[in-house]
Amino acid sequence: MGVEGIGASVVRKEDRRFITGRGRYVDDIKVLGMTYAHFIRSPHAHAKVVSIDATAAKAMPGVVDVLTGQQLVDDKIGNLICGWSVSSKDGTPMKMGAWPAMAPDTVRFVGQAVAVVIAETKNLAKDAAEAVVVTYAELPAVPDIKAAIAAGAAQLHPEAPGNVVYDWAIGDEAATKDAFAKAANVVSLELLNNRLVPNAMEPRAALAEYNDAEEHFTLHTTSQNPHVARLVLSAFYNVAQEHKLRVIAPDVGGGFGSKIFIYPEEMVALWAAKKTRRPVKWASDRTEAFLTDAHGRDHLSHAEMAFDKDNRILGLRVKTHANFGAYMSLFSSSVPTYLYATLLSGQYNIPAIYAEVMGVYTNTTPVDAYRGAGRPEASYLLERLMETAARQLKVDPAELRRTNFITQFPHQTPVIMAYDIGDFGASLDKALAAIDYSGFPARKAKAKSAGKLRGIGFSCYIEACGIAPSKAVGSLGAGVGLWESAEVRVNPVGTIEVLTGSHSHGQGHETTFAQLVAGRLGISIDQVQIVHGDTDKVQFGMGTYGSRSAAVGMSAIFKAMEKVEAKAKKIAAHLLEASDGDIVIENGEFKVTGTDKSIALPMVALAAYTAHNLPDGMEPGLKEGAFYDPTNFTFPSGTYICEVEIDPGTGKTEIIDFVATDDFGRLINPMIVEGQVHGGLAQGIGQALLEGAYYDENGQLITASFMDYAMPRADDLPSFKLSHTTTLCPGNPLGVKGCGEAGAIGSSPAVINAITDAIGHNRIEMPATPGRVWTAMQMQQAAE
Amino acid sequence: MSTIKMTVNGKSVSAEVEDRTLLVNLLRDTLNLTGTHVGCDTSQCGACIVHIDGKAVKSCTVLVGQANGANITTIEGIARGDELHPMQAAFRDNHGLQCGYCTPGMIMSAIDIVNRHHGDLDEQTVRHELEGNICRCTGYHNIVKSVLDAAGRMKVAQAAE
Repeated sequence: MGVEGIGASVVRKEDRRFITGRGRYVDDIKVLGMTYAHFIRSPHAHAKVVSIDATAAKAMPGVVDVLTGQQLVDDKIGNLICGWSVSSKDGTPMKMGAWPAMAPDTVRFVGQAVAVVIAETKNLAKDAAEAVVVTYAELPAVPDIKAAIAAGAAQLHPEAPGNVVYDWAIGDEAATKDAFAKAANVVSLELLNNRLVPNAMEPRAALAEYNDAEEHFTLHTTSQNPHVARLVLSAFYNVAQEHKLRVIAPDVGGGFGSKIFIYPEEMVALWAAKKTRRPVKWASDRTEAFLTDAHGRDHLSHAEMAFDKDNRILGLRVKTHANFGAYMSLFSSSVPTYLYATLLSGQYNIPAIYAEVMGVYTNTTPVDAYRGAGRPEASYLLERLMETAARQLKVDPAELRRTNFITQFPHQTPVIMAYDIGDFGASLDKALAAIDYSGFPARKAKAKSAGKLRGIGFSCYIEACGIAPSKAVGSLGAGVGLWESAEVRVNPVGTIEVLTGSHSHGQGHETTFAQLVAGRLGISIDQVQIVHGDTDKVQFGMGTYGSRSAAVGMSAIFKAMEKVEAKAKKIAAHLLEASDGDIVIENGEFKVTGTDKSIALPMVALAAYTAHNLPDGMEPGLKEGAFYDPTNFTFPSGTYICEVEIDPGTGKTEIIDFVATDDFGRLINPMIVEGQVHGGLAQGIGQALLEGAYYDENGQLITASFMDYAMPRADDLPSFKLSHTTTLCPGNPLGVKGCGEAGAIGSSPAVINAITDAIGHNRIEMPATPGRVWTAMQMQQAAE
Repeated sequence: MSTIKMTVNGKSVSAEVEDRTLLVNLLRDTLNLTGTHVGCDTSQCGACIVHIDGKAVKSCTVLVGQANGANITTIEGIARGDELHPMQAAFRDNHGLQCGYCTPGMIMSAIDIVNRHHGDLDEQTVRHELEGNICRCTGYHNIVKSVLDAAGRMKVAQAAE
């Protein structure tokens, strides 16, 4: 496809502005008359708001206003919504408590806003916030799942008795029971999937402007999906009408899921801009981010797997409790259900599966999608079980997996998903070769002689990406369609603008999307500009999450390009006095096959816009749009193998080697794909070894800064060994599957499996900190 | 309020600011040099790193008064016109950035690392030295590659001067 087309590792078009300090993030933007918002947040996990006295604060110099939750109620501003309806197994809809953007009467997690100060400077707003007197009456708090479901637990919402949001199930309970009844062996495990904080490096921010002459709002916000933000803000929150609200997500400094959701602060900024008739900027500090960005994971699970005498899996039974925090965030309900339990078949033939998921409220920050969203929880559970099974059944962990691999496609699992294609054995073989599996015993022995414990751990993951199709997700309760849109505009001089509903916040779309267009036309990527992140420019789009931008977003561009090319060929054929069926596009020229006749793209474009000489009946212009709705999810898969050494004196785990072999289908830009995997691996390894959000018994988040929450740093990680296998996805025209989340989905079980291999038993939870590993080793010695 | 005078990216600047103003706020809010970012408020992440008199410093932890009279270089001041600094070029060529938010701090930190080690770096040293800069996107793999690549380029550039 040429040096810059699909498959080429071209350097990124967007990089120059970032490496020279010319990126434009929300907090970099200033407008005339701008004020600053500072939120007053609850220090209690659960309390009644008795009174808010802002008299003194309002009298301070530079204070524009102090606004409270009651005023939101008075102005009929809507509560936050959850956009995916999930019903319990008894058919009742999920039980949701109301979530006002600022609490008028009850706070349910530390950090929940009760009021906001608007002032001339950020410091003045902070000073005035100190002078607002909020009186609370504390209530008992439930800080975790076990406390929430205990008898006599404090209740968060009257709508949700027992703090239960739903009690959901998937699969065939009776068939699974039968499978276990005839099992030769059963393996079981208790698992905790630790709560994480996404921590995109750019904290969330919003800049809201209101033009009262036009009754028009503009919101700059740190969003992965500005159109969805506009839809939700207008249709549900009642702050602005959709055609009177422009949402712009400019450069966004990472998201990882946390910037999908429409949070209270953006809503309040818009509302306050109208109330004060002043532009309002809010920029989160890091502790606010820890307290208010949606957290990820936080599952407690019991899992058991039944095997026959030949080590073939007969059935899987799972019971999971998922912590939703104090309120149901935008897509939270789907994460531990349709994005988790539907992946519990993994890469394996499992005839019967039954999974129950109980979602519960706790007095903690709301939990929603974080890189992988449900799929890391599924792969962690399944791959820990497989490794445990291999040890219990005394078979090689690679061979146990191979014995149970799905090898025929398409494959219908018992939990909704129909895998379209894959070659799990190929990825396993390549990863085994890359890590030199046969040499492991010698390496283990050598490490032992040096006083170190060496272990190896596997993870064979599969995930579902390109979250779609609309009809399918709609039937499962999604409130939105999950297609994508694109518009290709060929300008009169032949340069091209591509408008996409996908949003890039680190993924490199400005390069990869341009590669698709440039490759098809045989032009340079410099002639192609990708436009995204502005509801005034792009008609509509669903945004970027779930590794969907290549499979869905680029497929929409592909469709629009086909239309553009068809029209351009007709124009070229007309000008060259040929049949459009004989026109081919090469090196930016439209050529008549078998002749030396050709016309360059700029001349075709110019002809389209001058319209002096077009085929009869043809409309002027060269611009086409497309909506693309896929027919299925895509299914990236792969094998990750981790090799660790543990220092028995300190319990410190060092990752000696990490091999990742992925099948993402066709790669658009291998350099960018590998970068996505590196980042995902770091987050998965971070979960396994370092990261954890912890609340004390009163519901105080005790890991609310980078001093207390261990982010992976350069010296915590190795260089990674990446490789690929390829089965082209049959479900989209590009054959792509998506690569944004795999690293985070597949890596944590590989690390923990390596540690349990090294220490010789299974009683360790994430994050496997040196203290925990050391303690686990003492337990083992005591047992011996 | 105090009057602060300093040299920023080779230009003399003077500003009347509150005494509690942090250097990063002066750069971003008063001088409109928004390439320097704030990522954590606790001097952990390094997104705010600039050079003060040639040394990498976290500008979120410096009161403007402490930098009075100093020579400050920010990410906006290291390229020579259109010619990128070798560290900037190495980050681009090695895909050492994704969302770009930590990148200015990474680059400023990395230049200082190469300078202090006179370009003699290995992977382990780079990883250890980058401990004060957090990136959430890249897993550091390509950042480490970028710094090692730039160390070589900077040696060549210095030898040529």
